[in-house]
This record gives sequence, C-alpha cells and structure tokens, in this order.
Amino acid sequence: MKADSDYDVAVIGGGLVGSAIAWGLAGKGQRVAVLDEGDVAYRASRGNFALVWVQNKGIGMSEYGAWTVQSANAWQGLADALQAQTGIDVVFQRPGGFHFALSERELEARVTQMKRLHAQPGMPYYEIEILDYAAVKRLVPETGPEVVGASYSKLDGHVNSLKLFRALNAGMQQLGVAYLGRHGVDSIVHAGGEFRLATGSGEVRAGKVVLAAGIGNARLAPMVGLDVPVRPQRGQLIVTEKTAPFLHYPVSTVRQTDEGGVMLGDSQEEAGLDPSVGHSVIAVLADRAARMFPRLGALNITRTWAALRVMTRDGFPIYDQSTECPGAFVFTCHSGVTLAANHALALPDCIIEGKLPAATFQAFSSRRFHVQKAA
Amino acid sequence: MFRRLPDAPGQTVRLTVDGRSIEARGGDSVAAALLAVGIDVCRTTPVSGAPRGPYCMMGVCFDCLITVDGIGNRQGCLVRVADGMAVATQRGKRELGA
Repeated sequence: MKADSDYDVAVIGGGLVGSAIAWGLAGKGQRVAVLDEGDVAYRASRGNFALVWVQNKGIGMSEYGAWTVQSANAWQGLADALQAQTGIDVVFQRPGGFHFALSERELEARVTQMKRLHAQPGMPYYEIEILDYAAVKRLVPETGPEVVGASYSKLDGHVNSLKLFRALNAGMQQLGVAYLGRHGVDSIVHAGGEFRLATGSGEVRAGKVVLAAGIGNARLAPMVGLDVPVRPQRGQLIVTEKTAPFLHYPVSTVRQTDEGGVMLGDSQEEAGLDPSVGHSVIAVLADRAARMFPRLGALNITRTWAALRVMTRDGFPIYDQSTECPGAFVFTCHSGVTLAANHALALPDCIIEGKLPAATFQAFSSRRFHVQKAA
Repeated sequence: MFRRLPDAPGQTVRLTVDGRSIEARGGDSVAAALLAVGIDVCRTTPVSGAPRGPYCMMGVCFDCLITVDGIGNRQGCLVRVADGMAVATQRGKRELGA
C-alpha cells in the first residue's frame, strides 16, 4: 500500500496510545495508517514505569477513577488477545499493589486521599486496605524497618511495557495497518469529507483522523478546531541489574520486572522538553527505594533515564471530538499502559461510529479548561 | 585455546574458582586468569540461561559478569586478581545480597 493511499482512519502518533487504538481499529476491519515521527519522537512509551495502576486515580474526577478501573479489569483480556495473535506474552500480572509510607505523616496523607477518592459520587467502590508495618512485612518480607505502613489494592498490577509496545506493533502489522515512520504531520486540512495530512514524506488522506501524538497534540489539535492544553512533565527512573526474584508485588515507586531488573521511580518535574537525568533527583529516588528495601543498596544500577509525561492542568486525560471537523478525535493521557485496554477495546467502536458517547466522555472533554478560563 | 606469552611478567598469584585453586599472574584480570586456565564460561544469562564467557575484555560488553569475593555481577575483565581471592561463576540472576 502506498503512503498516499486512502485510509478509513489516520492515527497520528505511534506510541502506546496510538498503537493501541490502531490495533483495535484494524481488528474491526478498518483500514488504518499510523503516522509516526520515528525515533526522534519524545516517546513516553519507551520510558514509562509499566504499572497498571488503579488506587488513588480519580481524586477530583470520579469518571477518571471509573475509566481506570474499567481498563484495569479489561487488561487480562488485552494481554490474552495479544498473546493469541502474536505469540508475545506481555507478562501482565495482577497480584495487587502497594503504596509505601516512610513516615506517619505520609501514611495519614494517604488515608485522607483514599477517603476523599471514595467519598466522591460516581466513584466505583473497591477495597483499599491500610496496613501497618507488621502486616506489610508479612506480605513483603524484604520490607525495611523505616516503612511505617502502606495502602494496598487488589486491582493494581504491572506488565512488561516494552513487550506490550512490541506486541501491539506486531499485531498491527499482522492486521494490515500501514505504519508510516518519518511521517511527522505538518498540517491537517479538512475538506471534501476527508482529512488531508501533509507530512515530510508526502500527503496522506483519510476519512477520519485520530490525534494520539502526546505532547504534539497541543500543536495539532487547533488544526481540527480543538484546544488541547498539554505540557511535558519529566519523570526520572532507575533500573538495577537483574537479580533473583524477591519482590512479588508492584509498589508504586519500586517494582521488579519479569526479567529480574528492579525499576525505581519516579519524579514529577516541570522541565519543559528537557529529558535529561540529574543526580540530585536520582539520588532521592534511590535513597527512598533503599529505605523501603534495604537490600537494594547492594545492587548495581544499570541505567537511569528520563521520560516526558503528557500532562494536563488537572492531571486528567483528554478524550474529545471536533464539532468543527466531524471525524477528528483527540486522545491524550499520561497512563498509556494502564489505559491501553480501554484504548484498544473500548475506543475503536466509538471512532467507527464517529461519536464519543457523552455519558462516558463528557467529563474528559477539553471544554472543561475553557469553563475555568471564563470563570 | 589461550596461551600466555612466554615472557609475560608478573608474580604467581593463587585464587579459587568455585572452590578450585588456580594459578594466575599478578596483573591479570579475573577474566584473563580464567581464560588462561581454560575456563571460558563464567555465568549463565538471567533470562534464557545461555552460557556466557568474557568477550570484549575491555569493560564494554558485560558478558564476563562473575561473583568476586561474594559480590555478584562484577565485570571480570576489570577486576585484578589478588592472592586468596574467591571467585564464583554465576547461574542465572544474581541473588540479592550475594
């Protein structure tokens, strides 16, 4: 298929969000092209922490809490479908997850947060256990004595997100999706019932267009009559050498991967488009992790890196459609792993229908930012 | 497979590999000492369990990882031998605390 052929849907962005949507659309028989910048892209999909995380999501927007629970519950189905199709096991595990507190104050703050989360109307109920040190130690024997307690939810899990990215790409290819690398989009024109996308590698025409370009959505959205205020937020991460399995649950900032490396995260920094790593932040991450699990102190660090989250002012995702240009959608979030099941399994039908049902998606519209501005 | 140069300098040093005593020259790296006595597998990989031996001998490839005096995943090509050193080949993932 040539680069300038017609497609039902052009997905702009080949990260986890775009790939999941493209895979889902192609599975329903759509002719799909993924337009990707290539390796120069700021690719959060390669830098993330790989949690499928539920607890604490949705304080201030219960719809986001519900959307997250829905995706986490659908995740096993996504993992099974990818393995059946591609043979790639993305190692989704859901033993439940912990958030550790290193002081009484941290634990109290956590308890307050969890109460606020579940006091909201519309928030689906799930159990969050608050455990003291002794209870944590029974479940996670490597826990160090500085840990005061933890919150635990059965709904949390983790995955090998690099294998997820690979499986989605392999699956997309098998389903006939045209992956177009070096196709950064310069402009989008809506004319004659189709979208014309100008790229450095030629024009691509499609009936619908899905903006899944992460930070790039801020620039692209106005081309289809939408406003998507997103900014980069840096997160730094550490991975240690591979070691024998000792941590059988994901902790919000420490998790052992299926291959044995221990990932330590994660910072939240306002640093613009600078993806560099700094010792001051890395030292804090390593120190906190070693206080949670003292034996980590004996491990060598293999690699440190930074990635850029795609962040909105309120921290919640944007799922929106254009009224000016029907058939144009924008999807952006900072939890491309957790929400991958929704993106792959729930969004494609809406895109094919040409409409995001208000009951689910009204809360996620970028119009919420305009209301604040006017007030 | 490897032979020492006939005029290689250095004093004789004794160390153990998996409990077996071997002879090396002062100034050898652990990796070189192993290769000189014919030990070419220093570990198995953490994921697939495939055997690995020293390859680049200059600190780049990380294939020569080995346990030296109780500390796992040392780069054998960057550690000098010492008298009485206890070296152990590794099976799979390094144990925490080892």
